[in-house]
Amino acid sequence: MSTPRTLAEKVWADHIVVKGEQQGDVQTPDLLYIDLHMVHEVTSPQAFEGLRLAGRPVRRPDLTIGVEDHNVPTMNINEMIAEPTSRKQVDALRDNAEEFGIRLHSLGDAEQGIVHVVGPQLGLTQPGTTVVCGDSHTSTHGAFGALAFGIGTSEVEHVLATQTLPMTPFKTMAINVDGALKPGVSSKDIILAVIAKIGTGGGQGYVLEYRGEAIEALSMEARMTICNMSIEAGARAGMIAPDETTFEYLKGRPHAPEGQDWDDAVEYWKSLRTDDGASFDAEITIDADALEPFVTWGTNPGQGVFLSDSIPMPESFDDPAEKDAAERALEYMALEAGTPMKDIPVDTVFLGSCTNARIEDLRMAAAVIQGREKAEDVRMMVVPGSMQVRLQAEEEGLDTIFKDFGADWRFAGCSMCLGMNPDQLAPGERAASTSNRNFEGRQGKGARTHLVSPVVAAATAVRGTLSSPSDLGMTDYIVAPN
Amino acid sequence: MSLEKVVTHTGVGVPLRESNVDTDQIIPAHFLKRITKTGFEDALFSRWRTDEDFILNQEPYSNGTVLVTGPDFGTGSSREHAVWALRDYGFKAVISARFGDIFRSNAGKQGLVAAQVEQSDVELIWKELENNPGAEVTVDLENRLIECGSISTRFQIDDYTRWRLMEGLDDIGLTLRSADAIDEFETTRPAIKPTTLPAKLSEV
Repeated sequence: MSTPRTLAEKVWADHIVVKGEQQGDVQTPDLLYIDLHMVHEVTSPQAFEGLRLAGRPVRRPDLTIGVEDHNVPTMNINEMIAEPTSRKQVDALRDNAEEFGIRLHSLGDAEQGIVHVVGPQLGLTQPGTTVVCGDSHTSTHGAFGALAFGIGTSEVEHVLATQTLPMTPFKTMAINVDGALKPGVSSKDIILAVIAKIGTGGGQGYVLEYRGEAIEALSMEARMTICNMSIEAGARAGMIAPDETTFEYLKGRPHAPEGQDWDDAVEYWKSLRTDDGASFDAEITIDADALEPFVTWGTNPGQGVFLSDSIPMPESFDDPAEKDAAERALEYMALEAGTPMKDIPVDTVFLGSCTNARIEDLRMAAAVIQGREKAEDVRMMVVPGSMQVRLQAEEEGLDTIFKDFGADWRFAGCSMCLGMNPDQLAPGERAASTSNRNFEGRQGKGARTHLVSPVVAAATAVRGTLSSPSDLGMTDYIVAPN
Repeated sequence: MSLEKVVTHTGVGVPLRESNVDTDQIIPAHFLKRITKTGFEDALFSRWRTDEDFILNQEPYSNGTVLVTGPDFGTGSSREHAVWALRDYGFKAVISARFGDIFRSNAGKQGLVAAQVEQSDVELIWKELENNPGAEVTVDLENRLIECGSISTRFQIDDYTRWRLMEGLDDIGLTLRSADAIDEFETTRPAIKPTTLPAKLSEV
């Protein structure tokens, strides 16, 4: 019998081109083959420039795909991009795609959208593949049992030139999520609870494998939300073993295998599970039954509590660095320790980003606001994760629900998740946001962010203060569709 | 293309008493629209630099080349621009108890030493740098040693990154030495693996 292995170890082993070895006192890394490389306008121009300077081609244009997502506007997309530096960067991607023969989905294209929404929706993200992109939320694709991680621009150039990356093996951490989620609690709450538990540095050096009943019960889109935020716990990658839910999601997608290839693929995919008896370098357990809607109060994603709780006292942290960070965060957020989270009013609700802007997220939020009125002073922005999500939502009439409610219904892009396109908060403005980072200035200079799930975002738009569906009298509401 | 070899660096130390300095703090997103790989010195910590009390606005720290910072430095976004901004400002090394994984990897590609030490050592170096503004820190990559005043401590950096930095080697050049192995691997890849071309589209 071979040694029992974890899911991550299996996928890693299947991609080793050159095994690392001891050379003198140096252990060389493994050279890993990359199955899918996604590029976008922000982290790629310097990589293409590097290729040009060295006279190198892109080795595998057929394993590479580009989208425009980070700095594109989400309104008036048929006009020229107004901001000159954004336009220049998008133009550079278009020129590079043309020069190097890379498929590109540009603004206005029906397949355009956030890179981590587009890959899975096209069926390009498949179990057992290695996926990289110059974006830390590449961990999203691990929801399919892919080994997927974000890379820097030097590594983007490296993959373009060689289709490989020299990598030192990750350590493995099991995140067991037992039990079942209560109504009104979603996968966003699971991952925010994980980050609060292990901290923003707790996953450094690890690939996280999410397992257990609560994970198995989740839809693919809910799983993507969890893997997406692995990086917020410091881990470059998060994975979930593929199962029938995964196969069902993939079947019939544009790039999914067909016919005999499908059967062969499924047989291989079924082998991608952590073996009984395999050991992880670390392990934690979360009880799904005990979870409630989770929200952040501070300026890193680990600074979160249940929505039913109050802002913690900085003195309650044992670690002096954490105490200092809490004090600094409260000052930036203009909040007082001890304030009930539900008493915090917001100016803006943002439903969007690679974390929570898929069709199920939009459906869940629409179900909460339907037939209700928006709080008068609150602005709500709904930014579908891709044009396909937008089209699907329009087919289902979700756009009408959002528009009747008084929300902005926009085109696809990263939008207000990061302050590098026209969608930004004003200084001092406070948002309930379904995105992934509540860093100082992330959504605009001086902007204040509370990370929330789609249903909490929607309920907050109704009440004007951080709220859950139960605060609207919704008690039997299930938010994790299968 | 090869990089400048890094063996030992000595320069003014900058005590940055902050933890969780994410890459959005090191360089805000709006600077990421540039398409050049140099000239990011103005972007480094740009929001904090508007505060005249910020450490880099004070002499002699403004001439610093070794940043000594709290734990979880460089967490968050993958932007290599964070490393370019530190490098362009003049930093040669960052000392911290914990680094974001992608930041650490990016630093190693650009000749910036990410030296990991215990937080207790960071605290000692902070005190030394605050008591003696302009004090120099030596980062000796060969011996994995940091020296500052009377403090002398070993730091961690993975063997391979250290070797590459000391040799000034470029990763792509190294990998292309294995071009035959990559060719060979490609002949064994299963045919069921997805390709982006020819492009297939969603049914609208």
